Amino acid sequence: MKLLRTMLLAGAATALASPALAQDGGISDDAVKIGMLLDMSGPYSALDGQGSVVAVQMAIDEMGGEIDGKKIELMTADHQNKADIGSNLARQWSDQNNVDLILGGANSGVGIALQEVTSEKNIAYINNGAASAALTNENCAPETGIHWTYDTDALANGTAVAMVKEGNDSWYFITADYAFGHKLEENAMDAVKANGGTVVGNVRAPFPTQDFSSFLLQAQGSGAKVIGLANAGTDTQNSVKQAQEFGIVQGGQKLASLLLFLTDVEALGLDASQGLTLTTGFYWDQDDMAREWSAKFEEKHGSKPTMVQAGMYSSALNYLKAVKEAGTDEAKAVVAKLKEMPIEDAFSRNGKVRADGLMVHDMFLAQVKTPDESKGNWDFYNIIRTIPGDDAFRKLEDGSCEAAKG
Amino acid sequence: MSQSNAHSSGELSHLADEESERRTPLIADLRLWAVIGIVALLIAPHFIYPVMIAKVLCFALFAAAFNLLLGFAGLLSFGHAAFFGFSAYVTGYCLQSLGFSAELGILAGTATGALLGLLIGALAIRRQGIYFAMITLALSQMVYFVCLQAPFTGGEDGLQGVPRQPLFGVIDMTRNINVYYLVLAIFCFGIFIIYRAVHSPFGQVLKSIRENEDRAISLGYDADRYKLLAFVLSATLAGLAGSTKVMIFQLASLTDVQWQMSGEVVLMAVLGGIGTMLGPILGATIIITLQNELAQIGSLTTIVQGAVFVVCVLLFRRGIVGELSHRWNRWRGRSDGRGGDAPRTVQES
Repeated sequence: MKLLRTMLLAGAATALASPALAQDGGISDDAVKIGMLLDMSGPYSALDGQGSVVAVQMAIDEMGGEIDGKKIELMTADHQNKADIGSNLARQWSDQNNVDLILGGANSGVGIALQEVTSEKNIAYINNGAASAALTNENCAPETGIHWTYDTDALANGTAVAMVKEGNDSWYFITADYAFGHKLEENAMDAVKANGGTVVGNVRAPFPTQDFSSFLLQAQGSGAKVIGLANAGTDTQNSVKQAQEFGIVQGGQKLASLLLFLTDVEALGLDASQGLTLTTGFYWDQDDMAREWSAKFEEKHGSKPTMVQAGMYSSALNYLKAVKEAGTDEAKAVVAKLKEMPIEDAFSRNGKVRADGLMVHDMFLAQVKTPDESKGNWDFYNIIRTIPGDDAFRKLEDGSCEAAKG
Repeated sequence: MSQSNAHSSGELSHLADEESERRTPLIADLRLWAVIGIVALLIAPHFIYPVMIAKVLCFALFAAAFNLLLGFAGLLSFGHAAFFGFSAYVTGYCLQSLGFSAELGILAGTATGALLGLLIGALAIRRQGIYFAMITLALSQMVYFVCLQAPFTGGEDGLQGVPRQPLFGVIDMTRNINVYYLVLAIFCFGIFIIYRAVHSPFGQVLKSIRENEDRAISLGYDADRYKLLAFVLSATLAGLAGSTKVMIFQLASLTDVQWQMSGEVVLMAVLGGIGTMLGPILGATIIITLQNELAQIGSLTTIVQGAVFVVCVLLFRRGIVGELSHRWNRWRGRSDGRGGDAPRTVQES
């Protein structure tokens, strides 16, 4: 009976879907194998790590642990933030385990390396943790690779545009002095200028920096309405803490962090981070669906999900749905199917996977609550407004993924 | 035991070393083992994932190059990642942007390692001990920042998707197995060079400098020249290892130039046994295998790695190979009726 249904489904899907699908139907070696490569023990393990594994397991459970009688298997590994370890494991999983989907976690260097391997091996690849917009630009692999949760463009753009529109039109940037920081700064600067704002100045802080006082004082002295922090991780935490010591937010200037995770706010505490404006792809308290799922997640993992963890859930769930609909786990067919499906779940609002592999969905402009406003644990953000996906993300024609423009 | 206080003068243990070297008990065995090892490596890819062994060989060469300096010249460089990583970038760039064939790309990377070694070495060998280590660390951090900032390195994303250009323009390198045999050939070549260097008059002079630099100078050797030569040779081979790695993984990233990598290679050498030929190879094998295998057990990776190091340091103070050959020699000494104390350190296993 099951076999019959599988065959019918596969047949129907083959008849319906793109020509790429015609080459082979069915689920290879009787299992859908998902491999996760993420930072389990390093700097990104709190925002990604074990929580992401829990989230993906939730997606698998939601599908009943199988697709048309074919088991869904999950493998995980710690890439230790080393591109060669990640790439080695991906190759090994492909050559020896016939993995069907690789879910990549934080770290752009590893993320891009995985994109190369998966596209060569024809494995579906969805990245949730890496920030680099290169994944859907110069290093894009539109037939197999998808960038799901967020990218630098959306974060910088979202925050800058929204704040300028609210009248915060003069900016000063404190930028981490390496390619990632430069890119973030450039994106935000362009967005500020395009919306009629001015950039008063910028300063490049070496990466990583412990003492931000001189940079913060310059920013304070510039008289800009907004101080944009184009940095990440410990740099962000240090600069935000020290900005509070200098009374920058209390002095009337706004602090905008171009890349901030829920776990960063938890680490900083609301005292230090209150008033910070940021863009996020997901907030657990964004609506009923998110709240409901996040409560289940918290039961299992002990904390509310970050946007990366929610994105992991969403991408795994939709991938599995696409496999079911396409009736095959062949990478190109599933990715093509994903591009046809509307992406709507606990994580994503108005989501769609674009031709270049970018998952465009609504983002949220948020402000960190004051300790008085917060009703307790994890009640960190006020959602100021929803940024429609098309406004938040870079336009397809502005990108450099030539393969997708066709 | 003499390695740890390489620079203190007045150590007489080298006399015992010399004696044990004259007897060279394991040399014959070593050749035999080398042949067995090479044959095993030739057939290994049929049983073990070739990309994995190729990676191990790369790091083994890197660790052996590092050991040439620490184990035989007594110079603790804390900047070897610079040669390994920067050569990788140069090879990656040559293969990707300039379209070099595989062997030219690797040559270019190796030459870069040599040049960089000459520059850093010339400055660093003017000081000794901890100061030498700090200077190499400082200069390698400069190289790191160049890699972080220079436009051709791709910043923190690194060079990605480097094509595996054909070898000599004709041999297809896109197949893993072909890359594996290329790496194996390079590895054997590198190890052979190190072996020859160590077992030459040059190597003898290096060892004498390690044991007592003042005495070596008083005997008329230009210690600085020997040290510089050893440094450049070590840097060149580290560069060769880094360049080869690009062929395997098709990427060059900041991980390879970071100071943590300099530390990792120290660990590999120390774990396996510094001043031995097989030690660094075994050390690299253990560490790379741990990294790869433990990756799949989840968030405990680094904890387990740490525990393994602690155990090794407690149980194998001379490194695994160093300790084993030490015990072997003591046992032999006893069965020869020479008493347990005859060869005090063994350098040739």
